[in-house]
Amino acid sequence: MDTLNYLNNGHGLKSWLLTKDHKRIALLYLASITGFFVIGGFFALLVRLELLTPAGDLLTSETYNKMFTMHGVVMVFFFLIPSIPATLGNFLIPIMVGAKDLAFPRINLLSWYIYVLGGIFTLVAAMSGGVDTGWTFYTPYSTAAANGHVITAALGVFITGFSSILTGLNFIVTIHRMRAPGLTWFRLPLFVWSHYATSLIMILGTPVIAITVLLVAAERGLHFGIFDPALGGDPVLFQHLFWFYSHPAVYIMILPAMGVISEIVQAFTRKNIFGYSFVAFSSLAIAIIGFLVWGHHIFVAGQSVYAGMVFSFLSFVVAIPSAIKVFNWTATIYKGSVSFDSPMLYAFGFIGLFTIGGLTGLFLASMGLDIHVHDTYFVVAHFHYIMVGGAIMGYLGGLHYWWPKISGRRYSEPWAKFSALMIFVGFNLTFFPQFIAGYLGMPRRYHAYPPEFQVLNVASTLGASILAVGYVIPLIYFAYSLVAGEKSVNDPWGARGLEWEIPSPPPTENFTVSPIVTGGTHQYVYPSKEVGVA
Amino acid sequence: MPNPHTEHFPGPFHDPPLVANLDAIQPHEHVALPHHPRLQHHFDDMAQQIEASTLGMWVFLVTEIMFFGGLFAAYLVYRHANPEGFAEASHHLNVTWGTVNTIVLIVSSLTMALAVRSAQISAPAKTQVAWIGATMLLGTTFLGVKAIEYTDKFTHHLVPGPNFRWEGKHPAPAEIFYSLYFCMTGLHAIHMIIGLGIMSVIGVMAWRRQFDEDYYTPVEIAGLYWHFVDIVWIFLFPLLYLIGGHFRE
Amino acid sequence: MFTNFPFFPEGASAQAAQVDGIYFFMVAVTAFFSLLIAALLVLFAIKYHRQHEDEVGVAIHGALALELLWTIIPFAITMVMFVWGAKVFFDSYRPPAGAMEIYIVGKQWMWKAQHLDGQREINELHVPVGRPVKLTMGSEDVLHSFYIPAFRVKADVIPGRSNVLWFTATKPGRYHLFCAEYCGTKHSGMIGWVYAMEPSEFQVWLGGGKPADSPAAAGEKLFTDLTCITCHRDDAQARAPQLKGLFGHTVHLQGGATALADEAYIRESIVNPQAKIVDGFLPIMPTFQGMVNEEQLLQLIAYVRSLGDMAAPKPPAGAAAPGPGKD
Repeated sequence: MDTLNYLNNGHGLKSWLLTKDHKRIALLYLASITGFFVIGGFFALLVRLELLTPAGDLLTSETYNKMFTMHGVVMVFFFLIPSIPATLGNFLIPIMVGAKDLAFPRINLLSWYIYVLGGIFTLVAAMSGGVDTGWTFYTPYSTAAANGHVITAALGVFITGFSSILTGLNFIVTIHRMRAPGLTWFRLPLFVWSHYATSLIMILGTPVIAITVLLVAAERGLHFGIFDPALGGDPVLFQHLFWFYSHPAVYIMILPAMGVISEIVQAFTRKNIFGYSFVAFSSLAIAIIGFLVWGHHIFVAGQSVYAGMVFSFLSFVVAIPSAIKVFNWTATIYKGSVSFDSPMLYAFGFIGLFTIGGLTGLFLASMGLDIHVHDTYFVVAHFHYIMVGGAIMGYLGGLHYWWPKISGRRYSEPWAKFSALMIFVGFNLTFFPQFIAGYLGMPRRYHAYPPEFQVLNVASTLGASILAVGYVIPLIYFAYSLVAGEKSVNDPWGARGLEWEIPSPPPTENFTVSPIVTGGTHQYVYPSKEVGVA
Repeated sequence: MPNPHTEHFPGPFHDPPLVANLDAIQPHEHVALPHHPRLQHHFDDMAQQIEASTLGMWVFLVTEIMFFGGLFAAYLVYRHANPEGFAEASHHLNVTWGTVNTIVLIVSSLTMALAVRSAQISAPAKTQVAWIGATMLLGTTFLGVKAIEYTDKFTHHLVPGPNFRWEGKHPAPAEIFYSLYFCMTGLHAIHMIIGLGIMSVIGVMAWRRQFDEDYYTPVEIAGLYWHFVDIVWIFLFPLLYLIGGHFRE
Repeated sequence: MFTNFPFFPEGASAQAAQVDGIYFFMVAVTAFFSLLIAALLVLFAIKYHRQHEDEVGVAIHGALALELLWTIIPFAITMVMFVWGAKVFFDSYRPPAGAMEIYIVGKQWMWKAQHLDGQREINELHVPVGRPVKLTMGSEDVLHSFYIPAFRVKADVIPGRSNVLWFTATKPGRYHLFCAEYCGTKHSGMIGWVYAMEPSEFQVWLGGGKPADSPAAAGEKLFTDLTCITCHRDDAQARAPQLKGLFGHTVHLQGGATALADEAYIRESIVNPQAKIVDGFLPIMPTFQGMVNEEQLLQLIAYVRSLGDMAAPKPPAGAAAPGPGKD
């Protein structure tokens, strides 16, 4: 008979839908987030299929515009932003701080229902005709001229924003007030630091996008003319308000993944992170400076050139903490005991691809260069390198790393390695050609394009097909592991951390007795087994 | 066993003490303390629960500042671009009603603080409910005045959109001003309504004798919310009603 | 597909070299650091590959000197990038005095250019080589963005505001013009060509056309000058109904109605083109009300009439070939 754990403690739909257990809520999120990933991926596939040929011959223009819009809306708001925090963060943060649950378990459950409600609104918008404004909802197109259900989609985003806010609020209070005795800030795992920084962004930035989409809905529905040029309204004000959140939002997407990578690198080199406080503080630095760079999306819209210079300068500065992390991860691997389990393959992929993605961001931070590449496929390639090559690889790495803890099962390691490789190859083939296409001048959001771009687009679509298969394979072996996977011990990887001290899967209350911490929780020193020591 | 709360922590650039990892995590005996009936099981003790709840409300209020902040930012941009237009539009707002509402809300913050105080000193349930009720009455008064003002705007064609009509010199900025007026005071009113909802729940709990000096956190954090909504109005009133400064004819 | 795929855009303006300079520097830095990190990762992975089950790594917690090194060096490099990029932007920001002025209006989904001496273009822009050209731009409806990749210039076109963009073309040729800010259904059709010409050829183009000697001939000249011909052409690029053989025949309109293509219909189509839309075409014809006087209207009508006597292909009914980019 199975020991009592959070998975079998209570059966039936009600015990899941009314749960207060952060671990069950994490699984509720995992299910819905995966669903939205599939939906967003479907839209992407249609976009890439259309772009196989220069002519707009697969879909009508209007449909194509709706496809890329829905791809962006679903992927940004319903997949990337909640992904790691709402699944891995929800599951692990209480355990990593030595607590029985988050500070506000019922608010945690509420945040999931809010997320689902927002998702329903957006799916209703999609199914009743879609939205074709682009995920950025720029005015006056979105308020005056767009085809489709802008208000419904905007409300869907508005509602879901509150899910993000409540998650961030819960994490902040938990990390401040519920750490176990002896668990000082500088003994916290880096996963917790990165989620703390993420939560700061969530609570400070999300309300601004909330009010902004509400204004778009008000203008479109009630004809309030706040962005209407005919009334002296300023369409660029919308861009400022929108990007004030949406730029920090990209740090919401990447910081948790960076936290995952810090954990994986330590576990699979059996070594403490190199430069712990630098990595911890760099998360905070990214969060803070990230709020000050939004104007780099508006260089060519005619904002003051001096304002532009300030934004450009800060956009370069915000890259430095990320560089510090990359160097520290690399230094951690030096003289580590390196294993190639699948989570570590994802970490290697992340470090390489994030480096490229981050450095190509500098191309966009440079004002003179941005004139040429703004609104081209160069931008598309840059952000997909970070979000897919970075964030999604971090998410998958984390899912693989903590899967035994979450499910109590082992997945098939050979299939995991195979799909990690397939994802890496497919990803690069999809997005590297887009850098070239972008510098050549191929604009974004183009349904049809001049024929000289076709070779690059064909390569990209081929890559996307490989990538899609690579993403489907884990769905299969993770599901299979739940029914037939080998059972896992407490600590299958030989890793360190509070989560590995408790059973896999954990009991509902996490700890039978509250831990007291007397040292850093990531110690890997044993008396006589160091690398290089006889 | 070293006391974890006073142990010397070496600081970021020194190696943490080399301990075999298994010793770093030490279970301790769970001592059974008398539980307050309102203690939620995931907290160690009431002190932690109260600190967490209070911090949670403060963090939430920070998000509310950012929420209103977007509207204030839009207001600043447009007022800077159209100072005369905004002043002209502002003159059509009724300063008397605005002042009445400001006084009403300030007094309601006083009654709210007294409600928290009454719970804090374990005053009889009747007293607590009285102060909560007074706060709600004042809040409802505020909403009533806003209803009068909104109706007036409607009849004078000052609601932005196809029916907006402006006789003055700056019709376009006036329409933007009134868009912001309705968005800002409307959002504020929605928060007021939510506040009344919260206060009814608190009122029922107080009537059921659930608050005393050992446990009054819900009243306190409801009070934080109420004060916040009041402070937002304190900003809205001069920015919307008092532009131009001079007294009306 | 494999005959023409460039990997690098040609540069045809004075700015292009400056922008490409930044680009190459950044590509070099990116390549260097990406390869460095990748090489280190591969090297460490091989060299420190776990040898036995209980092995752990060496406990190294950090080194301040290294942290400072890899903070300060990246900061210095990024500051070089910042200053360089800001300088190029600043130089491209203010047009030099004496630049040739052209007005651009973007509207869904076409570009209209107006040279100061009266020449009008739609979806095309003719400019001389070697002389600064200043574009003053506005939008009639939503956001657009005027982008010439070969010149490395782009500026958003915003309703209610006017933005300026300038360049100096250096190489004669034909270059893509794209709209680079999503503006709705036919955003990817809002494209055209920029023709950079030797100054002498540009003068010829500006002058353009033979003197008229009959209303129909005058109308034909107007038909070209007012650029009707860029849309009303008899080839696959036509965005508009063919006019050959139109006059006197029945036209099938959107919504099923029909109309007779007589003088009144032609006049209405010029001054109020939205009134009747031919089936199978988009309502994108701009109005010429106010741009043509009565005499010119009559000349245009005369010209279209003269086309009706030619061998008429099928009437431009809804059953005929749709325009390009059919929805």
